[in-house]
Amino acid sequence: MQIPVEGFMYPNEVELQWSVLIVLYPFLTGLVAGAFILASLERVFQVEAVKPTYRLALLTALAFLMVAPLPLQLHLGHPERSFEMYLTPHGSSAMAMFGFVYLWYLLGVLVLEIWLDYRRDIVAMSQSTTGWKRLLYRTLTLGSTNISERSLHIDERVGWLITVIGIPSAFLLHGYVGFIFGSVKANPWWSSPLMPVVFIFSAMVSGIAIVMLLYMLMCWIRREAIDMRCADTVAKYLFYTFIIDFSLEMLDLIHRIYEADESFRSLDFMVHTRLFLSQVVIQILVGTVAPIGLLALTQVLKLADMQRKRIYGVAGCLTLVGIFAMRWNVVIGGQLFSKSFLGYTTYKMGFVAREGLLTAIVLTVLPFVILWVLLKLLPPWPEKHPSTTSAAASAD
Amino acid sequence: MNITRRQMLILLPAAAVAWDHILAGTPEASPNYNMTDHWWGMLIDITKCIGCGSCVRGCQLENQVPDGYFRTWVERYHVADWELEYPKVDSPDGGKGGFPIAKEEGGKNFFVPKLCNHCADSPCTQVCPVGATFVSPDGVVLVDQKYCLGCRYCVQACPYGCRFINPKTETANKCTLCYHRITKGLTTACCEVCPTGTRQLADLKNPKDPIHEFLRTHSVQVLKPHLATRAKVFYYGLDGSVR
Repeated sequence: MQIPVEGFMYPNEVELQWSVLIVLYPFLTGLVAGAFILASLERVFQVEAVKPTYRLALLTALAFLMVAPLPLQLHLGHPERSFEMYLTPHGSSAMAMFGFVYLWYLLGVLVLEIWLDYRRDIVAMSQSTTGWKRLLYRTLTLGSTNISERSLHIDERVGWLITVIGIPSAFLLHGYVGFIFGSVKANPWWSSPLMPVVFIFSAMVSGIAIVMLLYMLMCWIRREAIDMRCADTVAKYLFYTFIIDFSLEMLDLIHRIYEADESFRSLDFMVHTRLFLSQVVIQILVGTVAPIGLLALTQVLKLADMQRKRIYGVAGCLTLVGIFAMRWNVVIGGQLFSKSFLGYTTYKMGFVAREGLLTAIVLTVLPFVILWVLLKLLPPWPEKHPSTTSAAASAD
Repeated sequence: MNITRRQMLILLPAAAVAWDHILAGTPEASPNYNMTDHWWGMLIDITKCIGCGSCVRGCQLENQVPDGYFRTWVERYHVADWELEYPKVDSPDGGKGGFPIAKEEGGKNFFVPKLCNHCADSPCTQVCPVGATFVSPDGVVLVDQKYCLGCRYCVQACPYGCRFINPKTETANKCTLCYHRITKGLTTACCEVCPTGTRQLADLKNPKDPIHEFLRTHSVQVLKPHLATRAKVFYYGLDGSVR
């Protein structure tokens, strides 16, 4: 397949190395980190208004975290050797730490926190259910069936501690993803100390947006009224985080324009041509300015509940589109120009291929399927399950 | 001798492993080569390069480089006048078949052979998550093909575009400075076939190597010195427009 090239590329540069799957990877981990940080608002910072989203945020983070390594695995030339990253990690490589950061976050933080938070429910359900469900819940108790007042209090304290540790861990998880790109000195589009910070804030933006959307969607599916105090508070956090994120990105942009180093002409040309749609139109205008503007309206105008709900829905969707475009522009954009700064190549994405669009779509849908299963197994709304709560109460 | 079914089940995989080992053969030994006695690099005299592409062809034949990928290549620069920032560069098929007649008139034209710079502080080895790529004790950047994950991070990290993923092995591939040859006292394939002596293999640890005299008496440059990779491919006659 002939790849169109403009100007001069080093001959080995014509073919892009990192595909749409590598775009998906920071997008998914960003959602994980952001969802967890939203959950921590209630647990650590005592923001009671967002409590209805707490468990949903944790389960969302888990669902996306379970899928996050898959695009990487599919992308490797030798996935069967990926375990070597655990056995013989190369200390100087940013990527080598991925396995450890991932495992720490998955098992040391997220699973543990969810288990502690749900332990009471799990024990109750292991008593109230029958058949395979009973077996499953009994396994999930890990033999710890003591749900006395004192025991639950210990759970609460340990859970709080894990959340406190989890906040820097979430920053580490996604800041580190930013560092993977930001530390490549060969590539001026990536090489920036701001990259990890921008990644962290964009992660928070996307994570908050998806939990907000999922919360509203769940309420609609369950035919329950949206707790507007909760939605307003989440939207407020989304608005403020988004402003910080946008400011950082603009700072990076202004710095590049003013400094105008040797790469600037090449990068500037790229933004005005090959990345114009994905960066200027989708990322900045549609995915950032528009949602910030919409959210600002809800902050300054007194709008009715229905109007605010609609605005939150639209702003949330646009935010996710914008953050995905941001990941796209970082990963794909960073490979479209030559390191000689004299030419540009093209990204050709296949459809049914190992790293094609279909695979990317499946990997995007998969976390939602996992989340659906998790919501069935560990419902975040115990009040809908009278048998569960009554069982829990009797166990007390 | 009777072999039971259980014994057969144990013996068959063992026999397969042994047969695989026999087929692999033993690597050609270099008994007189001591890695710590050498520190390899290369000298490229741009004023001598005629753009014939022999080096690219020689490298491809010697190292079974797949079509469309390059362990070495040749670029042709055209610089019109004082605008060093915007040279016109071409490298049709890596310069493998030589170059067509230049269209531009005036200014200057010259050829720049490129290959891995075998950097002492190489960004590509720094980023490898499993250490499959490394700087050998004699200063050559190599890739362990049986260990590389094919994650492509090294390809991204190389500032010179010298690495690629071999579509046959799905692993990172690059110039080895013909390691299989230089450890036997031979020179690299590209140096061997160059008709003008543009490329010269250099042993920077050998005090008798003529490279030392050349470096003392000539102005030489490395590519992208601002990236501080301690590249060991030295260029004589390198124009400021070269990237």
